[in-house]
Amino acid sequence: MAVVEKALRDAHGHLSGADPAKPLEYQDPNQSLRILGFWLFLATDMLLFGCLFATYLVLRTHTDGGPTAHELFDIPGFTAETFILLTSSFTGGLATLAMRNRNRKQVLAWLTVTILLGLAFVGLEAQEFYKDVLEGATMQRSAFLSAFFTLVGTHGSHVSLGIVWMFSILLQVAKRGLTQVTARKVFIVNLYWHFLDVVWVFIFTVVYLFGVVM
Amino acid sequence: MPDALRQFADTYLMWQEGPMIWISDVLILLTSIGIVATLTYFKKWKWLWREWLTTVDHKKIGIMYLIAALLMMFRGGADGLLMRTQLAAPGMHFLDAEHYDQIFTTHGTIMILFMAMPFIFALFNIVVPLQIGARDVAFPYLNAISFWLFFFGALLLNISFVFGGSPDAGWTSYPPLSELGFDNGPGENFYLLALQISGIGSIATGINFLVTILRMRAPGMTLMKMPLFTWSVLSACIMIIFAFPALTVALALLMLDRIVGTHFFTILQGGNPMMFINLFWIWGHPEVYIVVVPAFGVFSEVVATFARKRIFGYTSMVAALLSISVISYFVWAHHFFTMGAGADVNTFFAVATMAVGIPTGVKVFNWLFTMYRGRIRMTLPMLWTIAFVPCFVIGGATGVMLAVAPADYQYHNSYFLIAHFHQVLIGGVVFGMLAGMYYWWPKMFGFKLDERLGRWAFWFFNIGFYVCFMPQYALGFMGMQRRMYTYPADMGWGTLNFVSTIGAYLMGIGFIFIVAQVLYSIKYGERDLTGDPWDGRTLEWSLPSPVPHYNFAVIPTVTSRDYWWTLKEEGRTDEIKPKPEDIQPIHMPKNSGRPFLMGVLFFVAGLGFVFNWHVLAVLGLLGVVVTMLRRSFEYDDEYYIQPEEIQHVESALGRL
Amino acid sequence: MKRTQLRKPNRVLALAALTALLVSGCGPEYLVLHPVGPVGREELNLIVLSTVLILIVVIPVLALLVYIVWRYRDKPENDAPYTPQWSESKLLEAVWWGIPIVIVAILGFYTGKSTFKLVEPPPSDAKPLTIQVTSLDWKWLFQYPGQNVATVNYVEIPVGVPIQFELTADAPMNSFWVPQLGGQEYTMPGMAMRLWLEADQPGTYYGHGANFTGKGFAHMDFQVKAVSQQEFDQWVQQVKANSPALTLAGYQQLKQPSVVGTASYSSFPPGLFNDTVWANGGRYMPEMMDDMTGMQGHTADAGKSDQTSGMSSMPGMEMDGKQTADHSGH
Repeated sequence: MAVVEKALRDAHGHLSGADPAKPLEYQDPNQSLRILGFWLFLATDMLLFGCLFATYLVLRTHTDGGPTAHELFDIPGFTAETFILLTSSFTGGLATLAMRNRNRKQVLAWLTVTILLGLAFVGLEAQEFYKDVLEGATMQRSAFLSAFFTLVGTHGSHVSLGIVWMFSILLQVAKRGLTQVTARKVFIVNLYWHFLDVVWVFIFTVVYLFGVVM
Repeated sequence: MPDALRQFADTYLMWQEGPMIWISDVLILLTSIGIVATLTYFKKWKWLWREWLTTVDHKKIGIMYLIAALLMMFRGGADGLLMRTQLAAPGMHFLDAEHYDQIFTTHGTIMILFMAMPFIFALFNIVVPLQIGARDVAFPYLNAISFWLFFFGALLLNISFVFGGSPDAGWTSYPPLSELGFDNGPGENFYLLALQISGIGSIATGINFLVTILRMRAPGMTLMKMPLFTWSVLSACIMIIFAFPALTVALALLMLDRIVGTHFFTILQGGNPMMFINLFWIWGHPEVYIVVVPAFGVFSEVVATFARKRIFGYTSMVAALLSISVISYFVWAHHFFTMGAGADVNTFFAVATMAVGIPTGVKVFNWLFTMYRGRIRMTLPMLWTIAFVPCFVIGGATGVMLAVAPADYQYHNSYFLIAHFHQVLIGGVVFGMLAGMYYWWPKMFGFKLDERLGRWAFWFFNIGFYVCFMPQYALGFMGMQRRMYTYPADMGWGTLNFVSTIGAYLMGIGFIFIVAQVLYSIKYGERDLTGDPWDGRTLEWSLPSPVPHYNFAVIPTVTSRDYWWTLKEEGRTDEIKPKPEDIQPIHMPKNSGRPFLMGVLFFVAGLGFVFNWHVLAVLGLLGVVVTMLRRSFEYDDEYYIQPEEIQHVESALGRL
Repeated sequence: MKRTQLRKPNRVLALAALTALLVSGCGPEYLVLHPVGPVGREELNLIVLSTVLILIVVIPVLALLVYIVWRYRDKPENDAPYTPQWSESKLLEAVWWGIPIVIVAILGFYTGKSTFKLVEPPPSDAKPLTIQVTSLDWKWLFQYPGQNVATVNYVEIPVGVPIQFELTADAPMNSFWVPQLGGQEYTMPGMAMRLWLEADQPGTYYGHGANFTGKGFAHMDFQVKAVSQQEFDQWVQQVKANSPALTLAGYQQLKQPSVVGTASYSSFPPGLFNDTVWANGGRYMPEMMDDMTGMQGHTADAGKSDQTSGMSSMPGMEMDGKQTADHSGH
């Protein structure tokens, strides 16, 4: 309780005091405040995806005589995307671990790997979309395709923004080293990245697997 | 050249629509010139930029929300009066169908999203940090972004009136009516973009205040020692966080339908309009609780202060707030009992809706018993609170009647419904926000609002309210539907409609009195030199009015609920005043122009999407991303206020 | 007779008295309070019941408010007790948590009962009549599949016969409302909604769209003419003999946004209603297809197949029990 009260007193707008007993990103109460805020943001983002999933489930069969999920999805393609994204989540986790060990070089290295994997994922997804469009499966074709491209595309644009963001944090770590502030940034960008990974697991299951099976 | 000009005027300024628009165009132009000229003449540009546009101080942001809310109340109210004028008699030709449709759409949209929302945010901002003993909110910079997103969202919707055309599919904007084939103008896009932009700001506000309340309370202030207004904000923030994403999605998908040509809610090619209606109300119903719950918080503060008594049943009050925020998610389908849900679904949602009445009823009884054996002072905040009780109780009761699903088949979309939701939204939200405004006004500005003019406003507004809306219940039973721009003479609806219009004008006069009251009080209002003009109970009244920008020179350690009252009772008020040896440097966020810039960029992007100017839209969005990155690379965003400066300020206030 | 069948004999007497009071207090222009059919009466009963129940709370609250505000006003001469610390009472709080719960339980029970009851046809010896309603911009098309006639902006029904209205929209959604017969139901594109109504007195009743559909919405009124079975049959014969046929081209013409007067048609394109529902999205309700196969042309027994509508789920989700479409033509 005493620790909590101390943290309360030290929170934003007050004098900040570090608590070395905690992981690096939580030591400064101002930073731990931001981490809590970011968790709440993720909750809203999760609900946003929840609504998109609901929409997709309702419109899944509304193909208007156009391409169906079964015809469209390419098993090797989405399997590769899944594999790459899951791996990137793992390397992102390694970056967080390295951050806690205050190993700047490793942080930079793992962030770079994560970004590259992210780029590969986005590239594959763009290619998949491009191929679909060439086959006449555009998002204007039917409600099913509208919902499919919107759900998967929203995830894809989240990943793309995540790449830009992670790159900017990589630059900051390179420039400033691992401080309580940059540590918090490394931590939350990876939270975000893991979150996108979780969303993808649902997309993989609900969209792709159900799509090819049913 | 005149031809090109003419075409521009017709397309964007709607010149062909006649004198009403011309007058509006000219008035808006003159007002803008007037504002610019005044600022230039008094050399206030720098002041405006440094003190307001770049501020991250929660108190100033709160004041800006308040001003915006009052302006929007004026705009929405003017819309309401135009509608009531058109409906005063059968077969009127004051407005035609198209204008009437636009006006009821903007009336609803503005009142809910650009009047009620900023009004509650105004009080969140002004009151919460002071009540919990914090120096600002958790994320002051984000707080400024929230405000500017709201501001530019509201601006976007409001310019549609004279630039491109207003939305006209109702504030609910149901597809397929709001889809391209049926509604081609840019008006509907204005609606979608304006709500989307301000909605992002609202989500950020929800997160911000939830973290603030959870993590930044003064030492000793456990959750169960928190003032009830702060509890109500906590409850509202939980609802914002869980409800607004559904609105974001609903708006985004409808926007894709309109701008990209997808088929989420179209009639053909597999679209399903019902999906929009579900998403809209999954947000929409919690939304009405989001705006009314903070009003409940205000009433709890006001009743305890002006009855000079501890709030009755504090634990019940907290439980009621939290159960309202949970139940609010299980009622949304009562907005469409008549859209073909099965009997089982309708019964579930009907009973859940009635169940909301239980915690609400408990709150009413607790307020009554707070007054019981108290000593009631009839100040302005208390007058509005007492007026709230009958208004909200009757409105809530008709809400329970509406919840009876089979009976709702007769009320749905009739004037009975209109009367009901105006009664809960005006009687609940508007009365509550006005009570809150009167109550905390001295804290914001250092003077009280004039009591006499306030009473005129109160009586005009209240009597006007009942004259306006009671007849509408009867009109519902007569079979009059909402959103009709005219009605035939032989239905017998004329008399009651005329009475209702008189009531609306009385409310308008009440509003004018409020404006007069504010203007008069700036000059002649009673100055508050004590910081505690009402003999208050909670921490904010322990501070001087207006509050110094760092709020608390020394953060107090709280030991009881109504801590300030306890100190006064025990004659220990000196304990809370700062002692020179306790004053330490204070860490504060720096001002920033970037939130304002971000609002501008969102506005630009929004305008681009509205008119399908894709380059502009993309440029705006890129600008937003660049601003965010610039922020990410900013490390020098805080500064220290030195103890000497604090001591100086505090001694000037006579507190040292 | 039907009146007594629907009115529960055990309905509280006071309720009936209050209904009488309410109704006599308001003139005939209060359409909802003067129902002329069993459905409207059932709904009026609930309106009255809910009014009584809420008054049990509202009146004491208002009385308490007046009393407390007057009794505990802050005046020096006021000698009423003042207990600034008194803020808890388990007993009192139990009372006001308890009473609303009881009221909600009572009201919820009757709500559920009526809700389930109203998806069934009103009990009657007469064979139900099906009328298919399509809301267009900005007019109402009524098709009589059993009689093969159609009308615009007016509808003739026989007195004492339960009418199954099947509702859809071939335009933005509207809501079909005849206040004196009973409550409304939406007309939704791609869905065939069902609404039972019945008139037990001859007369002409006001009907109107209740959900906003744009510019011409205020002019979307229609008349419901309730006549005897014999007059109804005569009217059908007359329409068949004297009116033009509604062709597909004519329907396309009618669909264009406009405000029009009334019209009658001696026939309409077969399957028009179901085709409309199908084209506007009804085809995505495959679960319902088996139930609905063969509905076309057999709509006179619609009353039978409707029993399925009790089980259903949220509108907007796939399995909606009331959504229907005919795929036999596709």
